Amino acid sequence: MEGGASARHLYSRDGSIITAGRVGVVCLPDSTDQVAACVRIALDHGRAFVPRGAGTGLTGGAVPCDDPVVISTTRMDRILEVDVDRRIAWVEPGVVNLDLTRHLEGTGLHFAPDPSSQQACTIGGNVANNSGGPHCLLYGVTSVHVAAVEVVLPDGEVVVLGEEEGEAAGYDLRGAFVGGEGTLGIATRIAVRLTPDPPEIRTMLLDFSTIEEAAATVSAVIAAGIVPAALELMDQQVVRAVEPFANAGYPLDAAAVLIVEIDGLAAGVEREIEVVARVAHETGARTVRVAADDGERDRIWKGRKAAFGAIATIKPSYYLHDTVIPRTRLAEVVSGVNEIADRHGLIVMNVFHAGDGNLHPILVFDDREPGVMDSVFAAGEEIVRLSLEVGGVLSGEHGIGLEKRRFMPLLFSPASMEAQRVLRDAFDPDGVANPHKVLPSGSSCGDIKELPEVPEGVWV
Amino acid sequence: MSRLEDFRDRVGSSGPVCVRGGGTRWLVGGPPSAGSREVRAPSGVVSFDPAEMTVVVGAGTPLTELTDALSEHDQEVALGAAPGATVGGVLAVGWSSLRRARIGSVRDALLQADCVGANGALFTAGGPTVKNVSGYDLCRLLVGSLGTLALIGQVILRTWPSPERTLWMQGPSTPEAARDACYRPSSLLWDGRLVSVCLEGYGADVAGEAAFLAANLGFSEMATAPTLPPHRSRWTGLLPEGGLLEVGSGVVHGPVAVDARKPEPGVAGLAARVRSGFDPEGRLNPGRDPYRIAA
Ligand SMILES: Cc1cc2nc3c(=O)[nH]c(=O)nc-3n(C[C@H](O)[C@H](O)[C@H](O)COP(=O)(O)OP(=O)(O)OC[C@H]3O[C@@H](n4cnc5c(N)ncnc54)[C@H](O)[C@@H]3O)c2cc1C
Repeated sequence: MEGGASARHLYSRDGSIITAGRVGVVCLPDSTDQVAACVRIALDHGRAFVPRGAGTGLTGGAVPCDDPVVISTTRMDRILEVDVDRRIAWVEPGVVNLDLTRHLEGTGLHFAPDPSSQQACTIGGNVANNSGGPHCLLYGVTSVHVAAVEVVLPDGEVVVLGEEEGEAAGYDLRGAFVGGEGTLGIATRIAVRLTPDPPEIRTMLLDFSTIEEAAATVSAVIAAGIVPAALELMDQQVVRAVEPFANAGYPLDAAAVLIVEIDGLAAGVEREIEVVARVAHETGARTVRVAADDGERDRIWKGRKAAFGAIATIKPSYYLHDTVIPRTRLAEVVSGVNEIADRHGLIVMNVFHAGDGNLHPILVFDDREPGVMDSVFAAGEEIVRLSLEVGGVLSGEHGIGLEKRRFMPLLFSPASMEAQRVLRDAFDPDGVANPHKVLPSGSSCGDIKELPEVPEGVWV
Repeated sequence: MSRLEDFRDRVGSSGPVCVRGGGTRWLVGGPPSAGSREVRAPSGVVSFDPAEMTVVVGAGTPLTELTDALSEHDQEVALGAAPGATVGGVLAVGWSSLRRARIGSVRDALLQADCVGANGALFTAGGPTVKNVSGYDLCRLLVGSLGTLALIGQVILRTWPSPERTLWMQGPSTPEAARDACYRPSSLLWDGRLVSVCLEGYGADVAGEAAFLAANLGFSEMATAPTLPPHRSRWTGLLPEGGLLEVGSGVVHGPVAVDARKPEPGVAGLAARVRSGFDPEGRLNPGRDPYRIAA
């Protein structure tokens, strides 16, 4: 347990732009029993508790409100069991996503969710936020890959939700827990499903003279009945920022590039590459390049992965948004987002999971410029509203946390939010697990003011 | 009045009420208590956007009507085929398709559900896009809930491209050997002696894997998909006489009904809190118990 000033500072915020909350005390348990004990101590002292993984969350989910007990899973970082035969691995919640990937190398299996923060974020955080990543387009987000989860409920009781194989009988409490943002209890052991590595992987790079044509190509590829393994878009500003790092040979004069990855058995991969190339030429691609070897493929992805770090070279601060829109409306919404940023005199950089319509417009700016924060928040809100207007939703992978609570009523009626509250109350009748997150509450905890540094080596 | 508002009014806000779909799984989880008023959810495909790979459909729609509409555009949904079943019925029961390994679990198919709650008010779970973490995942909770948390009126489902070719092969083998000889087969069934594998995808790939299975494991083509024994239960590691195991899905099909294992007390307690939270007076499909799944 830690209560010193530096620990309290460290645990007072996460990767979001939410100003520091206040930590009561920080606990670093290393077993399920210890987590349960921490929860009981919090209850005995009338305090709430906040589960915390690596703190890379972007919506303030791990930011403490009202001096709670912060329960960090950092020390619970063991990979407990890998069952190659049954394609299941049991892990502790503090295992870093990329460490699991590395651990599985050579087994012919992998854990599919690959959030851009995979070097740092934990599986427990992935479960809590139902995180996604480029390859979730074909393989599905975290929920699809979590078979079972051991949870310390907010009253300290330990339960296992789900089954190692297939679906548990009765209510899908596992499914309800995943994406609960730490408000339904603490995941202490997780059984993740392992996916076989594809026999063939081909990566394509397409480039365009307008971002609208790139967006239209995404819609057209899906409309042609193809679901690629990954389908990512980067606009010119991002391409120019990352090319010096990646040397991927991205065309610097292109308004946007698309990375399309197709995997599976050989004949299908060939067929789909042909279809994507044909569709892309019809929708305005200037060139269609298929990576000739692994080296070229790695360079193409390296650029995508360097995107976030490269943004720091443009301006010191950023505000990253995460909304989803219908994939058929990409071209118009991307133009709309750019127009909103222009109108507010801000730079917007677009690098996102285009295949499932998951926008990540990043507003970059210098927060020392007077009045710039007002523009940033005004533009951000307009982007959210535009996404909802075309039939989109508030978040595709980063969650609601503290950041988007105030937008919940724009998407959900009071009755729809009430139904969500019923679920939460069933898990946490006393409101002690990560209070004030997800659903709107009267609390003003965590004002959105301060801005984070751009983390090194991570990508959106 | 919209079809949903009409459904809401028929459900009302008092008295026990149950939804009848196709009646094909009427006894799963026990029959609804006598005296429950029967209502039906709206029927018909409202809109299908093949380019978006989503479909809006009334929960009372016969599954065949939905699959016919989708197949015109070479798409399908992850709802297990059950002759005579409705979309809402398949979701309420929550049994995944035999081809789950390819098209996914039925729990991953439901994007949005417009429901009537126990208080008689309409509410929406989830959202229309293929990716969404805006708030709690009520959709997954509704699938398999046997209509005990809310009554589903209309849904948005995720669709997928249909495979160009489907081929069932059968041979004497172990499930592991057959699985490892193929890349992500859509289904693997095992009767203790023979393995049946469903290969799906582009024609040339299916032909290639079929040839491999024939040459190396002595498999041959089946004329039709295997017929399943009538009762479905959880795999306990022991194949019952005349049973067929769905490898990797924890499901075994057998000639006799087997009661589901009781949930651990902690899970049962949580489930009871969920149910009473959504339906404090127990008016939605009373008598049904999602934990008593033997049928
Ligand atoms: C540069 C960058 C790129 C990113 N890219 C992506 C991306 O591509 N896709 C994506 O989905 N996200 C992305 N994220 C967001 C973030 O990394 C993910 O949400 C991640 O899963 C959070 O994991 P964490 O361990 O850092 O969790 P934290 O930030 O520590 O916590 C996140 C939430 O989970 C809860 N929590 C943590 N551990 C547990 C537990 N064991 N049990 C219960 N609740 C718990 C916390 O209370 C909090 O609400 C990105 C973030 C950054 C900074």
